[in-house]
Amino acid sequence: AGSVESKNEAAMSELVPEPRQKPVVPMKPMGINASLLGYIGIDTIIEQMRKKTMKTGFDFNIMVVGQSGLGKSTLVNTLFKSQVSRKSSGWNREEKIPKTVEIKAIGHVIEEGGVKMKLTVIDTPGFGDQINNENCWEPIEKYINEQYEKFLKEEVNIARKKRIPDTRVHCCLYFISPTGHSLRPLDLEFMKHLSKVVNIIPVIAKADTMTLEEKTEFKQRVRKELEVNGIEFYPQKEFDEDLEDKTENDKIRQESMPFAVVGSDKEYQVNGKRVLGRKTPWGIIEVENLSHCEFALLRDFVIRTHLQDLKEVTHNIHYETYRAKRLNDNGGLPPMTVETEENHESNL
Amino acid sequence: AGPGWLSVRPSVPPAALMDALVLQERLVERLLSPRPQAPRSQPGRLKDHEKQYVGFATLPNQVHRKSVKKGFDFTLMVAGESGLGKSTLVNSLFLTDLYKDRKLLNAEERINQTVEIVKHTVDIEEKGVKLKLTIVDTPGFGDAVNNTECWKPITDYIDQQFEQYFRDESGLNRKNIQDNRVHCCLYFISPFGHGLRPVDVEFMKALHEKVNIVPLIAKADCLIPSEIRKLKERIREEIDKFGIKVYQFPECDSDEDEEFKQQDRELKESAPFAVIGSNTVVEAKGQRVRGRLYPWGIVEVENQAHCDFVKLRNMLIRTHMHDLKDVTCDVHYENYRAQCIQQMTSKLTQDNRIESPIPILPLPTPDTETEKLIKMKDEEVRPISACTSLVLELESK
Repeated sequence: AGSVESKNEAAMSELVPEPRQKPVVPMKPMGINASLLGYIGIDTIIEQMRKKTMKTGFDFNIMVVGQSGLGKSTLVNTLFKSQVSRKSSGWNREEKIPKTVEIKAIGHVIEEGGVKMKLTVIDTPGFGDQINNENCWEPIEKYINEQYEKFLKEEVNIARKKRIPDTRVHCCLYFISPTGHSLRPLDLEFMKHLSKVVNIIPVIAKADTMTLEEKTEFKQRVRKELEVNGIEFYPQKEFDEDLEDKTENDKIRQESMPFAVVGSDKEYQVNGKRVLGRKTPWGIIEVENLSHCEFALLRDFVIRTHLQDLKEVTHNIHYETYRAKRLNDNGGLPPMTVETEENHESNL
Repeated sequence: AGPGWLSVRPSVPPAALMDALVLQERLVERLLSPRPQAPRSQPGRLKDHEKQYVGFATLPNQVHRKSVKKGFDFTLMVAGESGLGKSTLVNSLFLTDLYKDRKLLNAEERINQTVEIVKHTVDIEEKGVKLKLTIVDTPGFGDAVNNTECWKPITDYIDQQFEQYFRDESGLNRKNIQDNRVHCCLYFISPFGHGLRPVDVEFMKALHEKVNIVPLIAKADCLIPSEIRKLKERIREEIDKFGIKVYQFPECDSDEDEEFKQQDRELKESAPFAVIGSNTVVEAKGQRVRGRLYPWGIVEVENQAHCDFVKLRNMLIRTHMHDLKDVTCDVHYENYRAQCIQQMTSKLTQDNRIESPIPILPLPTPDTETEKLIKMKDEEVRPISACTSLVLELESK
C-alpha cells in the first residue's frame, strides 16, 4: 500500500523533484500472529521426537560396490568404528573370487549415545572381477528392486505392521580404482544404470596411492566425466529442497566429491594421540587427518549430516518411482498379496 | 674382469692350438695383467709361468670390444591395465621421457577401444656403449567391460616377430638381420587385489611359453610392508598353482663369491618385485631424490627399503639383460621354430609337394594382394627379408 501512495505523490510533485520515498516492503501473508503471554512448550516436540527415535532406533542399509581389493570392507569398518563388514563376520578373507556377482547382507546393531542403529552392510563380491564383466550390475539392480518390492507388499497389506522393516538400500558406495587417469568403462556402465534406482556415492578408494596434485586432477576429471555422461550421484541436484540445501550440496558436489578415502582399522601413536592409520616406511597415514585424505569428510557426510536425507530420498523418490512404475504396469491395481514367488519375480 | 655381460670360462685347449696362440703373448701382456690364480678344476694344466701364458683369457674382452662397436638392442614389452604406472616406470628405468606426446582416452572413448600395439624406439648411449631400446606398449589391455581374449593381439605380435626372424634367418642375406623379438615382458599386477585376477592368470598362461614374463606389483607405495609380503606370497602361490612359467633367474655358479650369491638369493626371494616409478625430483633430508611427495612423507624410488625398483633395474639392465636375450633365443624362439617346422613337415607330407626351404607360413594379413606377392617371392628363392619386413611393418600400423 505504501508504494502506490508514494508514486502518486511523486507524479503530482514533478515540478519540485523530491527524493522518492523508499517503498515499504509488503509483509508475507500470515495468519493472525498470536502474541504469547507465556511459555507454552511447543519447542519440546523436538525433544519428544528425539526420545522416540532413540527408543525405536532406526535402520540404515549401506551397500558397497567395487572390484575386489579396493578396501570396501575396511572402509565400512572404519566408518562405523566396528567390525561390521562381511569379512569380519567370519568369512574367510582368502576366499576365491566368485564366478558371478553375489549379494551378501550382514546386519549388526550398534549403539551410540543411547541411539540404536540397525546397520546392514550389503557386500557385492565378484563385481568387476571377471574377464567378461558384461551386465555384472544386473544382480545388484535386481536386489535393490527386490527390497522395494518387499516394502511395497507390506505397504499394501490389509493388516499393516506398525513399523515396516526397511531393507531398502539407502546408500550405495561405489569404489573407483585410483588409476589417476579417468573412470573405467565399467564404472560408467554401473553408475549409468544404477543412479536412477539408488543413491550412489562415488568414492576414490585407496587414495594413499596419489599425491595431492594427482588427487586434485583425478577428481576433476572424474567429476567432468560423470557430468558429461549425465550421471546424477547423491546428492542429486534435482532433489535439493531449498536454497540452503542447494548451496551446501553444490559445494559438496563441485568441490569435495568424489571423496578420496583411505581406510584402516589399526591404531598408531602420533604426537601423543592414538589415531587410525597406516604405517609405511616413509610415514604414518592418518585416516582422520584432513590433510592426508578425505575420510572424515565422507564420514561426516554419510553419518553426521546426510544420513536422514539419504533415507528420505530413498523413500520419497526412488521407492516412489518404483511404486509408481509397478502400479502403472499392473494397470493401476496394487499387487495382490497372494502372489506367488514366481509371479513376483517376473513382474520385476 | 667381466662386468657381468658374459661369463665365459675358457677350458684348456689342446697342444696344437697353444702353438698358434703363443704369438699373442705380447698383446696379452700389454692388455691385461695375467691372473695370479690358476683356473680351478683344471688337471693337467701347464705350470703358471708368464712365458707360457697363452692369452685366450682375453676372449671376453675381445667379444666385449666387438659388441661395443656393434651396439646392443633390447626389446621390452609392458603390459597391464591402464593406470598402473607402466609409463612412469619405463621412464624411471631408462631415465628418459618416452611418453611426452601421449594422449589419454577417457572412459567413454575406451568403451569401444581394442588392444593396440605401440612401439617406441630410443637410442641410449652410456660410456661408449650404445643400446637400441624398443618399448612395446599394449594400451587398452584389460580395460574393457568384456576382456575376453584381450591378449590375442599381444600373442599375435610376438608370434609375428618370431615369424619374421625365422624368415630372415632362413633367407640368403643374413648380414643385417634385425632382431625385433620381444626379450622380456614386464607384467603389471594391480596392488589393489588380493592376488592374481582372472585376467592376470589368463594373460600369463597365454604368454609364458612365448616370452620371458617378469611379473611386477605396480604402485607399491599404497601397500605397507606386511601387505607387500602377504601379496608376494599369495602371487607366488598362485603362479605355482596355475602352472605359470615366469622368467627364472639362472642359478649362480658355485664358484662365485659370497656377496654375489647373497645378492642373487635376495633377488630371487623378492620376486615378484614391488615397484614404484617417478621422474620427479623431490627434496628429502636435504638431498634431491627421485620420488613421490605425500603429506605424510616422501617415497624414494631408489631406496631399497621403500620398494624393489633398484632390484628390478639392476636385474633388467645390469645383470640379466643378456640372459633374457639368451633365453628368448634359445628357448622361446626355438620352441616357435620347432613348432613351425613340424607344422610345415606335416603339411609337406599332406600336400606331397616339394617346397622351398624358406618357410611359407600364413601371415595374419587381410590383404590378399600382399599374400600373393609373398608367395611369388618365396618361389623365386630370393631373399625375402626386405619384402616381409615391409609387410609386417604395414600390418602393425
